[in-house]
Amino acid sequence: MAKKIRLIARLDVKDENLVKGIQLEGLRKLGRPGDFARAYYEAGIDELLYIDIVASLYGRNNLHEILRQTSEDLFIPVTVGGGLRSVEDVRAILQMGADKAAINTAAIRRPGLISEVAAAFGSQCMVLSIQAKRRRTGPGWEAYYDNGREHSGLDVVEWAKRGEALGAGEILLTSVDCEGMQRGMDLALIEAVSRAVSVPVICGGGAGSAADLAAAAKAGADAVAAAALLHYKKATVPALKAGLLAAGVEVRRCG
Amino acid sequence: MRVTVLDYGLSNLLSVRRAFERLGAGVEVTGEASRIAGAQALVLPGVGAFGDGMRGLAGLGLVEPLRAAAAADIPLLGICLGMQMLFEESDEFGRHAGLGLIPGRVERLDPLDIDGAPQRVPHVGWAPLLPLAGAAGFSGALAGCLPGQECYFVHSYAAKPAQSAHRLADTLYGGRAVCAAAGRGRVLGCQFHPEKSGPVGLAILEGFLRLAGG
Repeated sequence: MAKKIRLIARLDVKDENLVKGIQLEGLRKLGRPGDFARAYYEAGIDELLYIDIVASLYGRNNLHEILRQTSEDLFIPVTVGGGLRSVEDVRAILQMGADKAAINTAAIRRPGLISEVAAAFGSQCMVLSIQAKRRRTGPGWEAYYDNGREHSGLDVVEWAKRGEALGAGEILLTSVDCEGMQRGMDLALIEAVSRAVSVPVICGGGAGSAADLAAAAKAGADAVAAAALLHYKKATVPALKAGLLAAGVEVRRCG
Repeated sequence: MRVTVLDYGLSNLLSVRRAFERLGAGVEVTGEASRIAGAQALVLPGVGAFGDGMRGLAGLGLVEPLRAAAAADIPLLGICLGMQMLFEESDEFGRHAGLGLIPGRVERLDPLDIDGAPQRVPHVGWAPLLPLAGAAGFSGALAGCLPGQECYFVHSYAAKPAQSAHRLADTLYGGRAVCAAAGRGRVLGCQFHPEKSGPVGLAILEGFLRLAGG
């Protein structure tokens, strides 16, 4: 069966601005995240992913107001990440209109949080976010946190499997090496993780064209997250979907 | 039209509220059993596990009032887990009794697709709505959508109505037909999230409001 993948717009937010960096560094301000989100919704994006990228440094998530505005009139699934450290933090973003919580740093520090969030709100709410960096020596990838600054020592594939066992309902897999480069995604990483788990894997980092997204889908991605590609208007949502369909990858057809 | 959305601690209620408000309905969010009998239209949302959902309803004393409301023909819309709880029982983490408003059971999605290849469970994503011909009851709520239009699903379990007349629409997952909407009398259930399904979902909620008001 040809599976259908989701096209997700990833919006990294710092303070009140949509930002984009390269390999999660060197951030550039792009504008108001709500304006971008609305344009993508109207163009037929399948989901929105908001990440407060400085939240884990300060230990709080600042997306509540942006989220509140989004849920006013954008009726698609919304995932929120950044600085979520407890069941109460997750409850707060769900009450503001988020459907799922993406957790990285706090889950690495205390894996039991994955089970707590899954037990409180269901596994479908608990997205384990993994920032993967290829190991310089030896094979495989290591999980990073605090926006790719800190390394955990955890092997990405093993951490994804453990996250699933603890109750994660989806994996958000970001390649730190490829992120923001727009030169293609880490297909070996996507293949390794999506084979290792039975929950959906959202893959991001490096997409520079519809062909890159199609390659990720064929490597096993259940959803693809695009950021620079959309934010810099290198491609539109309908153009990406048309490109995916032309490459033999099923997507939701809009309109 | 005033919609009473039941809050039993397990859901993103804001999106449901906003969707109905967008359609011009008034919305009351409540967990009080006493608000059910006089409601114009009831919405039972819900995410998470079946047993937790039923415990949440029972803990607030909502089970019998909901059965009485359905018997009194108050329009009732169940969404996702709220739809599954309309049925008689579920296999999720042991066997749990549901509200029993629509005959049938809730069972886990097949881990293999129709070709025998492993598939993802939960099923997360957009999938087509295929209204079934000849379905009775509240099927008019689906009248605003065209066959094949897609809605957003997040589920590991799905309902199997015992009677085909209660099966209003299917979707396809891994090549198999999966119940997407069910109804009996003025009780309607959507496995997908209409409040997260863009304009198609809003059209379905509008259909529910129209039928509830008519």
